[in-house]
Amino acid sequence: MFSNSYIFKYAAIMVILVAALLATAAIVLQPAQEKNVKVEKIQDMLESASIHSTPANAEKLYAEHIIKEVVINENGEELGVYANGKFEKGDIRAFDIDLKTQLKIKNDLAAGKSTQKPVFPLFVCKKDQDTLYIIPLRGNGLWGPVWGNLTLKSDFNTVEGVTFGHKGETPGLGAEISLPIFEGQFPGKKILDENGNFTSVKVIKGGVENSNIDPVHGVDAISGGTITSMGVNAMIENNLSNYITYIKNHRK
Amino acid sequence: MSVEKVREPIFSVKNRKLLTAPLNKDNPITVQVLGICSALAVTVKLEPAFVMAVSVVVVTAFSNLIISFLRNTIPPRIRIIVQLVVIASLVILVDQVLKAYVYDVSKQLSVFVGLIITNCIVMGRLEAFAMANRPWPSFLDGVGNGVGYGLILIIVAFFRELLGSGTLWGFNIVPASFYEAGYVNNGFMILPPMALILVGIIIWFQRAKNNDLIDKS
Repeated sequence: MFSNSYIFKYAAIMVILVAALLATAAIVLQPAQEKNVKVEKIQDMLESASIHSTPANAEKLYAEHIIKEVVINENGEELGVYANGKFEKGDIRAFDIDLKTQLKIKNDLAAGKSTQKPVFPLFVCKKDQDTLYIIPLRGNGLWGPVWGNLTLKSDFNTVEGVTFGHKGETPGLGAEISLPIFEGQFPGKKILDENGNFTSVKVIKGGVENSNIDPVHGVDAISGGTITSMGVNAMIENNLSNYITYIKNHRK
Repeated sequence: MSVEKVREPIFSVKNRKLLTAPLNKDNPITVQVLGICSALAVTVKLEPAFVMAVSVVVVTAFSNLIISFLRNTIPPRIRIIVQLVVIASLVILVDQVLKAYVYDVSKQLSVFVGLIITNCIVMGRLEAFAMANRPWPSFLDGVGNGVGYGLILIIVAFFRELLGSGTLWGFNIVPASFYEAGYVNNGFMILPPMALILVGIIIWFQRAKNNDLIDKS
């Protein structure tokens, strides 16, 4: 009834039509989708500084509170400063930096595969009379990437707040990292010891109480979510370590 | 291809039946027991359940319509592939639109929108109905089956959200005085097994009420 050549032509035409249709839809809807992703990123950052926002007012609050976007390198030098809608130094906005790419560059550099140097974003936030520093985080959980933001108070040491997100950690276990019960442990913790050396905030399996780590530098891991907790632990340490030189130079 | 030329009215008895049968005695979830997986996953809250229901209605209705228009040109040897291409493109379109306009809900639905592609209801209707019927009845059949699926989703989500979170569509329903008096939300309602139990109760209720569905043997 249908010849082979008919079947081939039918399939070919169908696939071309469908491809054109889907490509058009993707291009037309892209601006709206990118805006959603941007607003979500802003909301996460503000949330870690305990500033509550809605998708509608997120961009306005961002403009009000984030007074400076700084780009730094591992030596603690400021490569770019963006404030009040214009560049004071350099030409990269911290907001546009893809942390995933920069961490890969960092690993390649450490492995000697490349000589390109990574840069890292830092956001300076004004809240009431306080100056807060928002540091974006990115790492790996059990099933996929985990990310977040960690906000430091003006002393560059005490944690103001954190947010975590994940692509697909196990619901009820690893996925609990993005719930208040886990995130709520962080405020007040310190990332430096009395001598100003970097300790990070450790996520401890079995609980801080049962470990030999000072409770001010540790939080409890999630029962049943050990690999995710270890991933978060590594993420905090790995990302914060990039800022330590900068922090030491700028601490009062 | 030239037997009957009599035009039947747009909403003839037969056509109305295509719309209403899937709501009750031909329901895709409770009678045909299809699409259970997504029914368990997206019914914790009303809003995602509703968006999922609308998405499935759109996909079943339009894939039925398109396949019915094409039905005499589709080579039988590749018909399943053609059906899948049509379903998959519609699902991707729906997913893209959700990502652009209801981002929060699209995140909650996560993979389940994509999984409409593998929802047996859609392909089942294409094979069983759209390949052999004219476009308008096929469209109605798609809408009917999508709504039949969505209806169960919304009933299940209504009870799960009310009893599990004390809210409906995100608004608090259970008054604060209840909580002060010691009322506690039922955490079990949030978990997927409870959705299965609720679907079971709906099936039980429906079979008890509807003589056609009672097993004669």
